Amino acid sequence: MSDDKKQGLQSAFRRKLLMGMAAIPALTMLPRPSFAEAPATSAINTTGLAVTDTEVTVGILHSATGTMAISETGSIESEKLAIAQINEAGGVLGRKIKIIQEDGASDWPTFAEKAKKLLVNDKVAAIMGCWTSASRKAVLPVVEQYNGMLYYPTFYEGLEQSKNVIYTGQEATQQILAGLNWVAKEKGAKSFFFVGSDYIWPRTSNKIARKHVENVLKGKVVGEEYYPLGNTQFNSVINKIKLTKPDVIFTDVVGGSNVAFYKQLKAAGIDLSKQTLLTISVTEDEIDGIGGENIAGAYACMKYFQSLDNPNNKLFVPAFKKMWGEKTVIGDVTQAAYLGPWLWKLTAEKAGSFDVDKIAAASPGIEFKGAPEGYVRIHENHHLWSKTRVGRAKLDGQFELVFETADLVEPDPFPKGYQ
Amino acid sequence: MFGDYSIGDLGSIFVMQGFAGLILFSVYVLMALGLAIIFGQMGVINMAHGEFMILGAYVTWMTSNFFQAYLPGLFAGYFFLAMILAFIASGALGMLVEWALIRHLYKRPLDTLLATWGLSLILQQAYRSIFGAREVGVELPQWMLGSLHVSDSIEVPINGIFVMALTVLITIAVAYVMYLSRWGRQVRAVVQNRIMAGAVGINTEKVDRYTFALGCGIAGVAGSAFTMIGSTGPTSGQLYIVDTFLVVVFGGAASLLGTIASAFSISQTQSTLEFFLSGSMAKVLTLLAVVGILMLRPQGLFALKVRK
Amino acid sequence: MTENRFVNRSELIGILLLAAFLVVILPLCLDVFRLNLVAKYLTYAFVALGLVVCWGYCGILSLGQGVFFGLGGYCMAMFLKLEASSVENTKIQSTPGIPDFMDWNQITALPAFWQPFHSLTFTVFAIILVPGLFAFIIGAAMFKRRVGGTYFAIITQAVAAILTILIVGQQGYTGGINGMTDLRTLKGWDIRPDHAKIVLYFFEVGLLFVCIFIAQFIRHSKLGRILVAMREKEDRVRFSGYSVANFKIFAFCVAAMFAAVGGAMFALNVGFMSPSFVGIVPSIEMVIYTAVGGRLSILGAICGTLLVNFAKTSLSESFPELWLFGLGGLFITVVLAFPNGLAGIWTDYVAPRIAGLFTSRKSKSGDGWAEKPVADGAPAE
Repeated sequence: MSDDKKQGLQSAFRRKLLMGMAAIPALTMLPRPSFAEAPATSAINTTGLAVTDTEVTVGILHSATGTMAISETGSIESEKLAIAQINEAGGVLGRKIKIIQEDGASDWPTFAEKAKKLLVNDKVAAIMGCWTSASRKAVLPVVEQYNGMLYYPTFYEGLEQSKNVIYTGQEATQQILAGLNWVAKEKGAKSFFFVGSDYIWPRTSNKIARKHVENVLKGKVVGEEYYPLGNTQFNSVINKIKLTKPDVIFTDVVGGSNVAFYKQLKAAGIDLSKQTLLTISVTEDEIDGIGGENIAGAYACMKYFQSLDNPNNKLFVPAFKKMWGEKTVIGDVTQAAYLGPWLWKLTAEKAGSFDVDKIAAASPGIEFKGAPEGYVRIHENHHLWSKTRVGRAKLDGQFELVFETADLVEPDPFPKGYQ
Repeated sequence: MFGDYSIGDLGSIFVMQGFAGLILFSVYVLMALGLAIIFGQMGVINMAHGEFMILGAYVTWMTSNFFQAYLPGLFAGYFFLAMILAFIASGALGMLVEWALIRHLYKRPLDTLLATWGLSLILQQAYRSIFGAREVGVELPQWMLGSLHVSDSIEVPINGIFVMALTVLITIAVAYVMYLSRWGRQVRAVVQNRIMAGAVGINTEKVDRYTFALGCGIAGVAGSAFTMIGSTGPTSGQLYIVDTFLVVVFGGAASLLGTIASAFSISQTQSTLEFFLSGSMAKVLTLLAVVGILMLRPQGLFALKVRK
Repeated sequence: MTENRFVNRSELIGILLLAAFLVVILPLCLDVFRLNLVAKYLTYAFVALGLVVCWGYCGILSLGQGVFFGLGGYCMAMFLKLEASSVENTKIQSTPGIPDFMDWNQITALPAFWQPFHSLTFTVFAIILVPGLFAFIIGAAMFKRRVGGTYFAIITQAVAAILTILIVGQQGYTGGINGMTDLRTLKGWDIRPDHAKIVLYFFEVGLLFVCIFIAQFIRHSKLGRILVAMREKEDRVRFSGYSVANFKIFAFCVAAMFAAVGGAMFALNVGFMSPSFVGIVPSIEMVIYTAVGGRLSILGAICGTLLVNFAKTSLSESFPELWLFGLGGLFITVVLAFPNGLAGIWTDYVAPRIAGLFTSRKSKSGDGWAEKPVADGAPAE
């Protein structure tokens, strides 16, 4: 604690100094004591990040407690796995990664507060973290103000782009459009019913999906319903679905509500082997709670499934299970979280520096050939080029790949014609 | 919005929607019965009620795992055993809590609220440490899945019927215990006049303890039943608590009949509104109506006396 | 006539100590980051202060203080958000000049109820009056019908639940579950840099003391005596000819306004506002702060707020998995063993000792900090 405070005081002093000399280029001004035996540290860290001759500090910021702990545990696990693997392979720029883990406690202001702590007090070189849109929105102004680097793993609604964030999940158009095209072509789907949880991601995703269905696929949206987060009664919407008889039920229900939704869907006699259901929110993680028998037959549209058959994934899945237990499952976001530390490492090595400005500038074009999902590349807009896949849920809780895009899909966080 | 549909369609939707309302009604009654006993009879505000329910759900989950592993032949019937175990587990925990916590606070009803809130935090973290932060899926025996096919558009979910039957059964049992048994008379005597009840030889401490345990036990059974329709996670219990309290207060706290009537009216309002509006707005309007009516008629639907 | 004084001696010492602690010691010892955290905790202290007035003095337990905290905070956030959404800041949107979340929800013009929040004067009045009016409506409806105690608690809880669902559901107008983020300037003055945080901190401490003095004034006026009398024996006060309901409404409104000021300061200090402060959980947590500090003591409640929050932050930093156990245990212990919280411990155990150390003459110990009897909402029937 006292060390903490001391560091804080120093940093306060340093920041005041910084403020006074904002006009002078940062490179020349910082009075860092340069140790004779390690000229490298001063060369690769010019902004006072927590980098020593042997270590570089990185923050992990997820919810270990609260309602979101359910979803975020997987991300914490895969980030730790990636960092352990990087350290085993010699670290980044010759330095081992040290982790400082903070708990966002499923509470957005706590996320902002902890992000600030990581950046201001701990001086971490990068933060792997956030899960919900709300937590990212809370953290974003902080990383921008204190010039941090955030690697954000979740598929999300788009409409955002920041120098200080790398989005390792898919944005909405990237995830949804290919899936909609696929059901339209494969199932001849013309009418869609949207069910979602009531917050920004489902609403934005459904907005994009609606425009695509109406303008591009020339289909019809016969219903669009939202329920509060945590809602467990879906019988009414299931009745509406029965009444409107859509070709496709398109869902983005999240969290515990999923369990209720699929159990009630099944109980109401909607057979997912006959009724097409396309979800963008159910990964292997969620099926664990829903139960494979309740969702078997549904299609999910995202970029990664645990069952993917490629050499990278064949290494990744056993490594993950070895570290975290045989019973763990790996969903889309867990895989995306795994990309964060690796992308950061590759970027730092390309930039030859831990400085956030240089990392941000060097990010576009970074390729990660070892990604479990295959090959990914960072776009100029700090999102990832990635393939979109459709999988069909099986009884054992895994997905069977039924479709993947031929090429990488370009991320487009501000899609024209979809706003 | 009805223009596009035939009379037959509308008729069956009407039936299905009524049925959806009935399921919601059963859920509310199951949740509220335990609380109606604890809050209505004892005046204790148990904020950890949801966590007692979730304990029942976890017990059900463990039982199903046990049967799958060791007695797969009897899996079809595990649910009945699970409910009994859930009742015992939650009831026992309730007894413990009453002994350690609640009995010191009978004279300070508002403080029970704070203490049980602390308890609920501890229980949530305990579930998280023991069972993990992820939600667990309870596998149901085959006969409880699926639905009865009545007509082309009317399907009656079997687990819905099961929940309803369970609700009726438990309600009758509670009514019997509270109004016809000797023990129920003792409970009501203690509620009406504790000192007098003690003076005529009723062991009031024991009555309190068992009443609280009964309420918690019913919560456990409710939790067990909810594994069929909802999710089981460390924090799932919190979702139910406001609805449950509103049902009890709206019904008039001391009245079993009131609880049932209020569960019925709230659930039917909500499921009807849900059909015409979005789920979020339906919920808001239902809660608003309940609060509005409570402001005009604070004693609830059925009440024995006006309270302070 | 000592009882008519504004503050008595021991209270004055306490207030001065608190002032020294907040104004001198903390800013000297903490860096800006930690000081900003204290500022965040202190916003809850406003709520705790309100709860002392309505729960401690008057016996009304509200589980919906988050509603008022949230209303105050949202009023402030709306003003700040409008200022942050100038046309040049939002030119990438399809409709520039409106808050970003509206644009995401296909709203093309600023809704009418947002318009007045262009004015800072209106905003300041709204921060106080909107929650005050809301509290008045709830209070009038409930207290006139003699609803109190547990029923009132549960209904306020339901109100908190309703408002949360409403804010989350109407995200085009409110920002939904994300809340209003990225608040930047107040009348052109950037609220984000460190020096602004320091100015805001002192401003907030100043406001807190204004509220403390108002609470002190209520406590020592005849009004305060009636409130306490109502808590102890409501019927007797009623039979003496006082309108019990009006006094309760008054106390509830004061508590709501304090909470609203806290919410507004929260929006300024933290730079955003979200529905996670409106719901049931935060509302109960705020009650807990008050209970830990001592529901009867103004200073106790403030210290309790600071302590619990500090414990929460540091425990969750070092033992993220375990802090809920600690927090839950703390509440149970306080309620079971120390119903008057820290202030109670002070008056019952510490103060007499100290008094005994300094003076041998027998004095009435610790008057004013907290009255002895344990108060609990509704008087026993």
